[in-house]
Amino acid sequence: MDDGRPIFLQIAEGLESQILDGSLPVDSQVPSINALAQFHRINPATALKGVNLLVDVGLLVKRRGIGMFVAEGARETLLAQRRAEFQKLYVAPLVQQAKALGLSTQEVQDMTSKEMDR
Amino acid sequence: MTAIIEVEGLTKRFGKVTAVDDVSFSLDEGGIHGLLGRNGAGKTTVMQLLTGQDFATRGALRVFGESPVENAHVLSRVCFIKESQAYPDGFKAKHVLKSAPWFFHNWDQSFAERLVADFGAPLDRPMKKLSRGQRSAIGVIVGLASRAELTFFDEPYAGLDAVARHRFYDHLLADYAEHPRTIVLSTHLIDEAANLLQRVLVIDDGKLVIDADADELRASATTLAGKASDVNAFAAGRDVLDRSQLGGLATVTVAGLTHSDRAAAASAGLEASAVSLQELIVRRTGGAPAPQEDVA
Repeated sequence: MDDGRPIFLQIAEGLESQILDGSLPVDSQVPSINALAQFHRINPATALKGVNLLVDVGLLVKRRGIGMFVAEGARETLLAQRRAEFQKLYVAPLVQQAKALGLSTQEVQDMTSKEMDR
Repeated sequence: MTAIIEVEGLTKRFGKVTAVDDVSFSLDEGGIHGLLGRNGAGKTTVMQLLTGQDFATRGALRVFGESPVENAHVLSRVCFIKESQAYPDGFKAKHVLKSAPWFFHNWDQSFAERLVADFGAPLDRPMKKLSRGQRSAIGVIVGLASRAELTFFDEPYAGLDAVARHRFYDHLLADYAEHPRTIVLSTHLIDEAANLLQRVLVIDDGKLVIDADADELRASATTLAGKASDVNAFAAGRDVLDRSQLGGLATVTVAGLTHSDRAAAASAGLEASAVSLQELIVRRTGGAPAPQEDVA
């Protein structure tokens, strides 16, 4: 866990990434609170808070007495959400930096196309 | 949840020194919590009062709803691992482990043996001949294997190396998962233990200066860096915990930023980074450097 942002957010984001990259497919069981706590060496209450964040938004579902599972459509929901944030989180800073370096729109577009074709 | 510890206006004086000064807090049952502060801040005294090893000068305290002083009903459920535990002459670690079940009715002998093997603790040498780290290891083993409903670890890892400390954290979390209880960890290695803690109590100069959820505390301060003029404009009128300047660049640490504050800072071109628990506590307990004059 890196310092800085609240750990429960990092736990939630870690699980989100695993859902996104397919290592936690739909209906698969998420590690238990205690397993998460031990793996990351964090307080179990913090791990619970992170997992509950995803339960609250419907990405994970609780099955009483068994554990937490990846909800139906979780990956699609996350993809939509991350795509919506993409401009703000990645494109805006890129453009800002490009302006600071005096790059033209055309030049940035050319570079972007080149990267996309890689 | 029921309160396992309730403290109201607790004060302890040694002659002219006020070691604990009007401290009030309560701790609910269950969880791993931190009692933090600088050396000599009064942490150990608080734990001594809570475990009935000393009398309060003033104030009320209840552990499991009762006074702990000479109260076997309370003390049989409490384990206090001290940094400077004294042992009788010739007492060996094996004697410590043999006598532990007399005091702790949840004692798990096989768990203790596993811990002894894992920490490589020498059982057959007098406690007085052991190194600091080895004595700490014995304390950690007793504290974990006692499985007391309320366990205090006072600087449990003096002399333990990084490997042994991580082993302690791993055993603590694993055993806590199997046997939930209330654990209070007192340490000055704040960064290392920070992620293990749920509630954080910070004592400074005998006073309780922070009593908060570790997560809330982590989000409670932000460091902003950028052009000095932008930083100073943003910081004006805010609760500034720390400030430094180098030429045209400046950083400030401010408390209590809201979402819109953060957005405003970002659009002002300031780079935000969160403040670690240790930095925050250092700043709140007199460790902040004097405000720097602009010498540029």
